[in-house]
Amino acid sequence: MPPTVKVVRRPEGAKTSYLRATLKGMALTFKHMVNPNKVTLQYPEERPELSPRWRGTHRMEVHADGRPKCVACGLCPTVCPSNCIRLVGGEDDQGNRYPIVYEIDEFRCIFCGMCQEVCPVEAIHVGVHFENAEYTRERFVYDLDRLMEQDHPSALLWDPSDPRSE
Amino acid sequence: MSEQSMTVFLIQKTIMVLSTFGGVMLVVALTTLIERRVAGFIQDRYGPNRVGWFGILQPAADGLKNFLKEETMPAAAAQPYFVMGPIISLAPALVTFAVVPFAAPLPTPWGVVEMIVADVPIGILYILALSSLGVYGIVMGGWASNNKFSFLGGLRASAQMVSYEVALGLAVVAVIMMAGNVTLTEMVWQQQQLGFWFAFPISLAFILFVISAFAETSRMPFDMPEAESELVGGFHTEYSGMKYAMYPMGEYSHMLTSSALMATLFFGGWDIPFWTGDNAFLFHGEWIKGFTESGVPMAAELAWWKTLFTFVAFGLKTYFFMIVYIWVRWTVPRFRYDQIMQLGWKVMLPTALAYVMVVAATILTLDQLGVAYGFTFGLVMTVVSAICTGLFLLVLDRGRTLGGAAVGARVRFMEEREAQEKAALTSGD
Repeated sequence: MPPTVKVVRRPEGAKTSYLRATLKGMALTFKHMVNPNKVTLQYPEERPELSPRWRGTHRMEVHADGRPKCVACGLCPTVCPSNCIRLVGGEDDQGNRYPIVYEIDEFRCIFCGMCQEVCPVEAIHVGVHFENAEYTRERFVYDLDRLMEQDHPSALLWDPSDPRSE
Repeated sequence: MSEQSMTVFLIQKTIMVLSTFGGVMLVVALTTLIERRVAGFIQDRYGPNRVGWFGILQPAADGLKNFLKEETMPAAAAQPYFVMGPIISLAPALVTFAVVPFAAPLPTPWGVVEMIVADVPIGILYILALSSLGVYGIVMGGWASNNKFSFLGGLRASAQMVSYEVALGLAVVAVIMMAGNVTLTEMVWQQQQLGFWFAFPISLAFILFVISAFAETSRMPFDMPEAESELVGGFHTEYSGMKYAMYPMGEYSHMLTSSALMATLFFGGWDIPFWTGDNAFLFHGEWIKGFTESGVPMAAELAWWKTLFTFVAFGLKTYFFMIVYIWVRWTVPRFRYDQIMQLGWKVMLPTALAYVMVVAATILTLDQLGVAYGFTFGLVMTVVSAICTGLFLLVLDRGRTLGGAAVGARVRFMEEREAQEKAALTSGD
């Protein structure tokens, strides 16, 4: 045995206690049995309180006339570390750029929120939302219409001057 | 009984058998739910509370699930024994309940009905004989699964049952000596006559019985056969679906039977404490509630509401022990295998043997002194037993009784080595 190993001896004789220790444990569990301090969240009825900076699935902001705010600048697919945004931009008669295809694969997304940070027109946002279940895998590729339909709140950006959102 | 016609007898017994069986199964089902709820409470959770009111339909949902699940049969299993295992484990646990009286006799227009399925004269011996059959189911299932873990679980079960059966039997011997009979109805009657529940005059027997019963039902500190953290699932690793469900059912009905036994043998069965109005016993064909000073039997006053209240008393006592089973399970960790053997053979068996001698000697002395079976008798027994119990608990609490064989040797080895090191140091200087 190397000299650095510390051996803690099992206490013996008068120092040991099996029954008293067991009874003490029983008393503790009894206290919890009759007066449980339940911490479980009864989920469908009780909702968890999400942080305002929670980063969930995306949503696209829209103008008052229903057009997406996106100007197809291409910054979000560039910055996206998991390469989950597919963007094909177009230009209308007045020379305004708009997205023809805008798809986000939520399976690939790592929810880093960099698309929201980088967006110059505050169009794409990650949202305060977590219930994403679908019946098929294909449904997890959100297209532009789907992104514009999302109505959950957008995540708050991290503010370096107020790092703890206080 | 003699004036009852055969038809009345058959109908009465059929109703009794069916209602007892149904009642036991119902309580078993509810206990699976209560176990999970109590476990939840102890761990600051809710437990299953979704199916029905307070989760009351959870056992039904579990049952349905188990019925619909695929029954897997391991390719290398010994099929007949693999199928027989769960059956053998469940059946004895259910049939033992037949001899437990669960209420005062019920007067009906067709005669007085005893609230017991079969008042067989061998009573407790029948229970001892049958309840230990349950272990064959576990051993059989463990062996037939052809799986190392299952086999180990089965082996452990058999070793454990053999070890603790002895102490259990000897604890019951003390009860038999106090009651002077082996039928459970008479044991209840004698407790009513003594004025003491047997838990007091033979308290150590009660403690030994409880410990052994925990081992016999392989509940928590003794759940060696299952031991999910070391043996995967022990004997039922390879079981699935309803075949698996029969093992827990067997375990819970075994728990129920032994709880009922604890209540009957040591806590007066269906007797309501501090009230002699419910006393009833079939004495030479007459229902009596006791004897006058001169030894003349007094006729018992039976009533349906007395039956009801005594049944409630019995239910409360029995279920109290069920809750204790559950409570202990979610408190204490599992023993090591060698500790179980140590406790069984080196602590329980000698204590039980010595205690039987003490009880026998005390009863003999009291008889010789001419002390009548009554309050003084019970008081003397209580004092003697209290001393024994105190000594037993003191030794159990302090000593190396649970430390395992290796601990003493290891401590001695450490001490020797330390002394050697010290000697080497001083000689080195």
